Amino acid sequence: MAKNNTIWNKKDLLGLEELSREEIEVILSTAGSFKEVSTRKVKKVPTLRGKTVVSIFCEPSTRTRLSFELAAKRLSADTVGITSSTSSAVKGETLKDTAKNIEAMNVDVVILRHTTPGAPHLLAKTLEPSVINAGDGAHEHPTQGLLDIFTMKEKKGKVKGLKVSIIGDIAHSRVARSNIWGLKKLGADVTICGPSTLMPVEIEKMGVSVTNSLDEAIEDADVLNVLRIQLERQKKGLFPSIREYINLFGINRQRLKHAKKDILIMHPGPINRGIELTHDVADGPYSVILEQVTNGIAVRMAILFLVTGGKI
Amino acid sequence: MKTLIKDGYIYDPANRREGVHDIFIVGNKIIKVAKKIKEKADRTIEASRMVVLPGLIDMHAHLREPGREDAETIETGLDSASRGGFTSVCAMPNTTPCCDNQGVVELMLEKARNARLAHLFPIGAITKNREGKELSEVGELRHAGCVAVSDDGHSVKDSSLLRRAMEYSLMFDIPIISHCEDVGLSQEGVMHEGYVSTVLGMKGIPSASESIIVARDLQLAEFTGARIHIAHVSSRESLDLIKHAKAKGVRVTCETCPHYLIFTDEDVRTFDTNFKMNPPLRTSEDREALRQAVHDGTIDVIATDHAPHIESEKDVEFDYAPFGIIGFETAVASLNTLLIRDKITDWNGIVELMSLHPAKILGLDKGTLGEGKEADITIIDPNERWVCTKDEIRSKSKNSPFIGFEFKGNVKYAMVSGHVTFGDVSLHRRSS
Amino acid sequence: MTFHEKANVMDPEAIDKALMRISHEILEKNRDIKNLAIIGIRNRGEYLARRIAENINKIKRARVPVGVLDITLYRDDLTEVAEQPRLRETEIDFDVSVKNIVLVDDVLYTGRTIRCALDEIIDFGRPLSIQLAVLIDRGHRELPIRADYVGKNIPTSQREVIEVRLKECDGADEVIIGEIDGR
Repeated sequence: MAKNNTIWNKKDLLGLEELSREEIEVILSTAGSFKEVSTRKVKKVPTLRGKTVVSIFCEPSTRTRLSFELAAKRLSADTVGITSSTSSAVKGETLKDTAKNIEAMNVDVVILRHTTPGAPHLLAKTLEPSVINAGDGAHEHPTQGLLDIFTMKEKKGKVKGLKVSIIGDIAHSRVARSNIWGLKKLGADVTICGPSTLMPVEIEKMGVSVTNSLDEAIEDADVLNVLRIQLERQKKGLFPSIREYINLFGINRQRLKHAKKDILIMHPGPINRGIELTHDVADGPYSVILEQVTNGIAVRMAILFLVTGGKI
Repeated sequence: MKTLIKDGYIYDPANRREGVHDIFIVGNKIIKVAKKIKEKADRTIEASRMVVLPGLIDMHAHLREPGREDAETIETGLDSASRGGFTSVCAMPNTTPCCDNQGVVELMLEKARNARLAHLFPIGAITKNREGKELSEVGELRHAGCVAVSDDGHSVKDSSLLRRAMEYSLMFDIPIISHCEDVGLSQEGVMHEGYVSTVLGMKGIPSASESIIVARDLQLAEFTGARIHIAHVSSRESLDLIKHAKAKGVRVTCETCPHYLIFTDEDVRTFDTNFKMNPPLRTSEDREALRQAVHDGTIDVIATDHAPHIESEKDVEFDYAPFGIIGFETAVASLNTLLIRDKITDWNGIVELMSLHPAKILGLDKGTLGEGKEADITIIDPNERWVCTKDEIRSKSKNSPFIGFEFKGNVKYAMVSGHVTFGDVSLHRRSS
Repeated sequence: MTFHEKANVMDPEAIDKALMRISHEILEKNRDIKNLAIIGIRNRGEYLARRIAENINKIKRARVPVGVLDITLYRDDLTEVAEQPRLRETEIDFDVSVKNIVLVDDVLYTGRTIRCALDEIIDFGRPLSIQLAVLIDRGHRELPIRADYVGKNIPTSQREVIEVRLKECDGADEVIIGEIDGR
């Protein structure tokens, strides 16, 4: 019998900080198997037949929602999604009440995207269904972190010893935090790079190197994970102008001249073309941005499979 | 009514008295404090193996009435305070309407008299409706019974207006209690800005948002000669500034709260909104500095900053929850459990921090067990173990981070002007 | 709970012979081998499938395509099993349509695994036929499923356990009957 897999026994996926190296590896290897399913003619397996997956998105998102929905559908789960504009959030109902109501409808998995750190943790504590964090404020975005790491591992063969530079608005980025936790646990070297106003305090304690020089971050890097810059940050005075941001942190072909020949360029999307990445870099030979999207479905299938399958 | 408190271990640092004594009370006054009092009393409180303290004074609390009687009323607040051993409570003026006029002060005092629990001492607003625009009628507030003025919840942003307030307060010898916060720096912050806020992705409130205003207020106090009291000090930086100012002779006192001496920003990792307060819980280094400052006397007062919020307001996402926790019922027990245990302070220290110093700062003839004084007395069993449960909380609100916490030391009696406001006296034999 | 061996019912030679016989039977039934494909069910079915294919290739000097099926995702007891099954890939790199498929597994018992495998193969396309080959048939079917090719019929009680061990994963070829003690 399959005695080799008692590693995963979590009801929820809330973040990568709380996962062990072994748990992350189980997700990655499971995702590898699921990748094949999406290449079949019938892209669907009956694994979660009869299960209901509800996604609550209290923040706009297209690709994460779609990716989760496709992942659940390819596992034959029934999926329903609500967004904050259609949910009762506007009617003054609390998140907890909304979730309790959903629980009363006997759902199996709740996927939550929320603007507040800890919102999925609040639900996980009170709800019986599995809770999957699809991004909570600037805290974590575990499935994005996992799909990024999955893509790095697929392309580079390993994660240990890999030099990964994360570029951009670190302070407001849940993707950065999930990447850092996951990559550090798997033994990668992580450098973060961005304007000092977008660098959260004491982040070096997470075990990363910090630099404000893009050239330094590119040099020796095996992977550049480039974050989306929210243009409204400029209005809040966190950097003086888009123009200066592009000059200092925008990635173009010129800046990649001294990069490793097999460097990977990643981006969680959606890209501000011409700002954090130029066209030719986003679509160029180093870019694996669309493969990240493909892998996202496999990783999310793996998560749905693991959180639902371990229960008796 | 004659009451005898028998065989209690008394701490009365104002009179340099410590040890097993009896206290004889007639009416509302302490008549005699001595060993083995033989007078006949109508009732006796057996206090052997208990500590007997001058009634505790909480100089920083929010009672929510008028305005938010769903969260707390003056009666429930004072009942909760009595259970925590407080015999006097100062209420901050952030009520609706704001306590910036005689009418509200009188209403509050009337409610408190009817409750017949702890003494209530209102604190008036420095500026009308705490808006930071125009001075309140401080003279009238003082006359109506306010013991201090404060815009607690806000700093007086306009330094010129604060200067005038300080100068004006001098006429009445009334202290100004400063809530120190630069809102430009704290912005939408929900917790201390540091490693934990970075990890949690939460918006941070830097220590500087407090200490910058502490520095300004100290400078203005030095300049005007006014008496200021810095509320809820949470950071090392503020302590350094206060220490320095005290050494220079600035008329400054300060307080911290039990939660800053016990919890840290690490506790926010639970996402429990009962760890959300303003100023926020800071780092373990700050907590250490605060404990040291309690030890060396830089901190004059420990107050609760009792801030009731109803459950439906608090049981939400961390960002959306209001700041503040209740504190009356757990304050002295938590300090005994942790600070006395760790020898940061002792019972004499607790009396100074929670009775004698508040009385001095507020100009109250309290804080001692002297003969002839008002019989405000707190009796504590320092060894009783108990667990704080939600059901047993007397406050109308239950927003306490101490729920489930095991304490050593429990309040057994609170006496206010000779009247027992907490504790069961009927169980005790009448001695005649 | 401990596994207690009762008898060794097949040795390496018996296994080889049984697989060779099955290979011949398959060829008898499928005279036109250009449409033939063999699919093993993970884990041990895979190795048996490869051995059968090798036999056929030798006999007919052909190259019969072999696929591997992981039926984990098709199980109907996913939420009941205490330990999460380890998921591995399904590898079928040929079109199953217009093929006569021989499905191979080590032990045929309740028939549920085969049901899963049939579902999964049919999701890949529409084969001409699906046949079933097993090394051991131990009875106790819970579904109307039977094998076309059987290495050895071993009547068992429900308490007994059949363990097929193969060189490829267990270091040696043998079939053991045992019992789990301590229930």
